[in-house]
Amino acid sequence: MNATWSRFNVTSIVLGFAFLYLPIVLLIVFSFNESKLVTVWGGFSTKWYVSLFHNQGLMDATWVTARVGVISATVATVLGTLAALTLTRYTRFRGRVLFSGMVFAPLVMPEVITGLSLLLLFVAVGLDRGFFTVTLAHITLTMCFVAVVVQSRLVSFDRSLEEAAMDLGATPAKTFFQITLPVILPAIVSGWMLAFTLSLDDLVIASFTSGPGATTLPMKIYSQVRLGVTPEINAACTILIAVVAVGVIIASIANKRREVQRQLDEQAAQRG
Amino acid sequence: MKSLGSIRRDFAPWNDPNAKPYIQFDNVTKKFGDFTAVNNLSLTIFEREFFALLGASGCGKSTLLRMLAGFEEPTAGRILLDGQDLRGIPPYRRPVNMMFQSYALFPHMTVENNIAFGLKQEGMPKPDIEKRVAEMLKLVKLEQFAKRKPHQLSGGQRQRVALARSVAKRPKVLLLDEPLGALDKKLREETQFELMDLQQELGLTFVVVTHDQEEAMTMADRIAIMDKGEVMQVATPAEVYEAPASRFVAHFVGNVNMFEGKVAERSANTTRITGASGAQIVVENGGAVAAPNADIVFAIRPEKIKVSSKKPADAVNAMEGEVYDVAYLGDMTVYHIRLDDGQIVRASALNAARVTEDPLTWNDRAWVSFRPDAGVVLAR
Repeated sequence: MNATWSRFNVTSIVLGFAFLYLPIVLLIVFSFNESKLVTVWGGFSTKWYVSLFHNQGLMDATWVTARVGVISATVATVLGTLAALTLTRYTRFRGRVLFSGMVFAPLVMPEVITGLSLLLLFVAVGLDRGFFTVTLAHITLTMCFVAVVVQSRLVSFDRSLEEAAMDLGATPAKTFFQITLPVILPAIVSGWMLAFTLSLDDLVIASFTSGPGATTLPMKIYSQVRLGVTPEINAACTILIAVVAVGVIIASIANKRREVQRQLDEQAAQRG
Repeated sequence: MKSLGSIRRDFAPWNDPNAKPYIQFDNVTKKFGDFTAVNNLSLTIFEREFFALLGASGCGKSTLLRMLAGFEEPTAGRILLDGQDLRGIPPYRRPVNMMFQSYALFPHMTVENNIAFGLKQEGMPKPDIEKRVAEMLKLVKLEQFAKRKPHQLSGGQRQRVALARSVAKRPKVLLLDEPLGALDKKLREETQFELMDLQQELGLTFVVVTHDQEEAMTMADRIAIMDKGEVMQVATPAEVYEAPASRFVAHFVGNVNMFEGKVAERSANTTRITGASGAQIVVENGGAVAAPNADIVFAIRPEKIKVSSKKPADAVNAMEGEVYDVAYLGDMTVYHIRLDDGQIVRASALNAARVTEDPLTWNDRAWVSFRPDAGVVLAR
């Protein structure tokens, strides 16, 4: 790499990163603002973080969001994994193309339509809107993402591993739990994390399918912002960003270390 | 202790009419949609035999192996193992184990857990499993690698783990799918002999699938040569090489020269052939019994043809031509001679002395000659 730092390159990078990160940086900076006015700097303070934890409404919404996220991501992971297995394993059944199209359609479906159709369904069957319906809606939304992630792993999965297990006397069920599942587990875990993140940040579908007492954090933030942005909201968002950033950093460090270890092992193996 | 060679020389149950076949393919057909992978094939394999299925890719040899393992069911026909019909028995209940081409080692398990996997499935008590695993590790000389994961091993070590895992359960039959395909040449040669020793030591029946004729010739008691889902010939390596049953087999194994011709005259054990261009060839004790005037092919291996600058005085079969190409390979020299009728004959001469007495080079006139029993007549 001998790219020179021309004025053009530097400008491009600054502009690009500013475009991506300036809003977030502003949000973080103003979460430490002493002043109640969002756009006027009044000195450094952490008082909004303190008051955040005394805001019962926000704390309740956080708790609802966490529960919806964990439950919906878990159920979606089970369903999505099953769908991915079916789609990669049984390639010759009738209507496979239709089936796979139907599994992946929600990926490109406008959220407004998904939300509205779910709302209509819940009303039609007489389900009271609340925690349960949001969770169901999020399972619908995130299942196909899990299916995509797991399927891409299964495509490169060496089927002879399963054949070897069966050849050595393992029944199909044992083969699945002792061989297939452990090998594709990383993909399932990333599928779960993706589903959880999607559920965490969904506003549109939650707005359609939620009811009293089941306000999620994005809904709460959005409704508060409509009454005027408070630095408290900035603080809440900063914490969210921190949580996500720490998660991503830990995941990538772990990944990197595993990769380095693997390379060292392979070199050692080559030497004998 | 008897040497490996003497044990193998005396082993020939296929010549014994009373020997009981161990594995039997009875008119087995396997279709995948419209494609016929195995076509009405019958084959018998005997206990403790080292049997090789040899063929180009797509000839159905792997399908045959997979049917034996239980991963595929025959479309028609039946497969018997020790008298038992295998139809409907799932792979996990068959007394056969397979060593996979990709090795299929479980990446999340250590070497010892890979080897123990099959033993755990059959519910063997823990101390026995530990004992057997230790025994297997010793057998494949991997004692100090027990705690490693597959990705921490070299290719040759992985191959040995796969082997240990597949024999750990003491199967009745061990199936090997291109067992040495992923190893480099030198390691492959060493491992061939290790596999043969192992087979003798454990007294197992081995069925190996390979596309490498040298591998099949080195290791196997008998070879089945396959093409398009059918068996072309089943015989010992020497028979396959010296007495091929058809043009396909002669071509497939080793190098061969073919002379098209017609049978001119037959007597008790000699056949006189008129070549396409009029050359006369006399054959003794060789190959197919063909009626006079039938179209046949005379096949002869390059090392059985002598090349000389003058016509040998005692030669029964001799043809004249010109040296077209010479390849010096160190241990031998390969000549390509263009006969006067235009056919190119390949002949190889062992370089037994450091200096050749009768040196031949490009464009020299030369004679090719061979004994009457040096080649075979093929009707097919």
